[in-house]
Amino acid sequence: MLEIKDLHVAVGGKEILKGLTLAIAAGQVHAIMGPNGSGKSTLSYVLAGRAGYEITQGSIRYNGEDLNALAPEERAAKGVFLAMQYPVEIPGVTTLNFLKTALNAQRRARGESDLDAMSVLKLVRKKAAALKISEDMLKRALNVGFSGGEKKRLEILQMAMFVPKLAILDETDSGLDIDALKLVAEGVNALRAPDRAMVVITHYQRLLNFIVPDRIHVLAHGKIVAEGGKELAHELEAKGYEHLVGKAA
Amino acid sequence: MSSAARETKKQVAEIGEKYKYGFVTDIEMERAPRGLTQDTVRYISAKKGEPQWMLDWRLGAFERWQQMKEPNWARVHYQKIDYQNAYYYAAPKNTPLKQSLDEVDPKLLETYKKLGIPLHEQMALAGVAVDAVFDSVSVATTFKAKLNEAGVIFCPISEAIRDHSDLVKKYLGTVVPVTDNFFATLNSAVFSDGTFVYVPKGVRCPMELSTYFRINASETGQFERTLIIADVGSYVSYLEGCTAPKRDENQLHAAVVELVALEGAEIKYSTVQNWYPGDENGLGGIYNFVTKRGDCRGDRSKISWTQVETGSAITWKYPSCILRGDDTVGEFYSIAIANNFQQADTGTKMIHLGKNTRSRIISKGISAGKANNTYRGLVSVHPKAANARNYTQCDSLLIGGKCGAHTVPYIEARNPTAKIEHEATTSKIAEDQLFYCLQRGIPQEEAVALIVNGFCKEVLQQLPMEFAVEAQKLVGISLEGSVG
Repeated sequence: MLEIKDLHVAVGGKEILKGLTLAIAAGQVHAIMGPNGSGKSTLSYVLAGRAGYEITQGSIRYNGEDLNALAPEERAAKGVFLAMQYPVEIPGVTTLNFLKTALNAQRRARGESDLDAMSVLKLVRKKAAALKISEDMLKRALNVGFSGGEKKRLEILQMAMFVPKLAILDETDSGLDIDALKLVAEGVNALRAPDRAMVVITHYQRLLNFIVPDRIHVLAHGKIVAEGGKELAHELEAKGYEHLVGKAA
Repeated sequence: MSSAARETKKQVAEIGEKYKYGFVTDIEMERAPRGLTQDTVRYISAKKGEPQWMLDWRLGAFERWQQMKEPNWARVHYQKIDYQNAYYYAAPKNTPLKQSLDEVDPKLLETYKKLGIPLHEQMALAGVAVDAVFDSVSVATTFKAKLNEAGVIFCPISEAIRDHSDLVKKYLGTVVPVTDNFFATLNSAVFSDGTFVYVPKGVRCPMELSTYFRINASETGQFERTLIIADVGSYVSYLEGCTAPKRDENQLHAAVVELVALEGAEIKYSTVQNWYPGDENGLGGIYNFVTKRGDCRGDRSKISWTQVETGSAITWKYPSCILRGDDTVGEFYSIAIANNFQQADTGTKMIHLGKNTRSRIISKGISAGKANNTYRGLVSVHPKAANARNYTQCDSLLIGGKCGAHTVPYIEARNPTAKIEHEATTSKIAEDQLFYCLQRGIPQEEAVALIVNGFCKEVLQQLPMEFAVEAQKLVGISLEGSVG
């Protein structure tokens, strides 16, 4: 589903990713681990198409298509979803209104008709209950005054609503206590499906106790420096990144 | 005497002749000759068949205007206006009606569609013969009957000057004096027409004075004059303007609006202004110099201004409230959007004269392109205004790096019990907000509209329901092409 070959990405003229190669098949969950500054978030942004992240070399193919040729909103409509590390606040726009606007924009891009307010509300309610997202939260302005846990749960709610093909979760565990972490992991696990691929980006092994990956890749200095099964996470937990990072430098 | 002046004199004499004999309908002249003299004023007054007192009032204004200087304190820049090279009166032209929407500029239709204006109104606005689909006459008649029943007078001001001269005489110029300012004085001398509303004691006006207006008042003219009087204990809500884009050959517009609220009365005045702002290079566009003021003359009265200003090349406008009675309330809710080379200098004045008077100002300024947006507001508490309260919130939003936002508050408190709060913020549409929306599948222009509408929410909520939806769409359309 996702095929990244020899990817080089520069931000503001500075090369951050330096020849990253990675392939993820449908139905799989891959974890990307690595120390701060290794290029994890850059990878997530370049997959989502954020402005300012320039591909200088290499390719990203998504279901056989050149991902870089698509605008960010086109990628979203084609099923690319990025749960962000820092979800942004939009004052004055209610969460429900935002969800409806986004859902219908994606539907329109795919040639489907808009859902009316009632149908959207029904859909949101169905998904929100499992994530313990209250009606009150949906009426508040998007992410404004939300706690860290509320923001992350809302990201997962959106993922559940938009049913993406490729979901990237960028440090979804950061700033969560153990209860919130479990809730979010349950939400993610519920979305595991044979036709869906997921990329879980994290600094800590902790999250991977709850979302068990099929493969783990260790990113350092803009390259994959180690790969393995889920046991690799435990090794990292015990030994730290130091010995792997040293190899790449 | 110049030839133009001679020509005018002759016409005035001719018209005077006709009126003497009661021949009013056969008007051959399309417009008054170029330039502004005492004779131009006489010409306009004669065209309108006005009584002597009205002519004298106009002439007094004209005399005063000649001694006045154009103000230059606003943060707007434009080429000097040559007042002697303009036309001051044009009779409504009989433009031939189009037979169907096919004859209308497709670009205009596209905008109507985006705004969600109903088809029959689209036709009326675009000058299509509407009889086939929409019997505007019968609708107007139904409205008129309803208003009559309630005793509400709602008519062109030229008609009121003739038919309700006692009311007009009593209130005209009592809120905005003839000598108030350069543009108001000019308006007093040459105003062409406008609206008159009188709501009698204890009457709650049975409808928003809006829909009717929107269909019928396409030719409001360059120097509009509005006078609204809410008698003791009455209520009226009035909506001026239209979300649909409006083109006008007259570059200078100088309107005057006067509101009078007597004891316990409430007036809600909403404006949506979308006149031609000029092109992307700053060429053309309307100069909009408006004087709007409300007088809370009686105790416990309330005046509320809501404006959505998206059009015009230059906007110079400060809808104000004089809180004369005790326990009166003044409100000002404003959205001002300036894109490309537009300049807006707008705000309000809240003059607290009575005891326990309260005022609230919520201003949202949005600048994009190379536009400049200034909020200029005065809160003045006079010595006798014990326990006056004011809350002011001025928020500015910048889109792109070449526009400007300026906030100029003036606060004068001459009573120690006054409580005045002022909050101001300036923010930019952040790149991360846009990216977040894009990532969720919302295209750029829709994302900007969504974010800006969120920013304006408190003001949009003040608009009558039917217009709030259109105004929301208008906000998005005004900012098309402002990012990226």
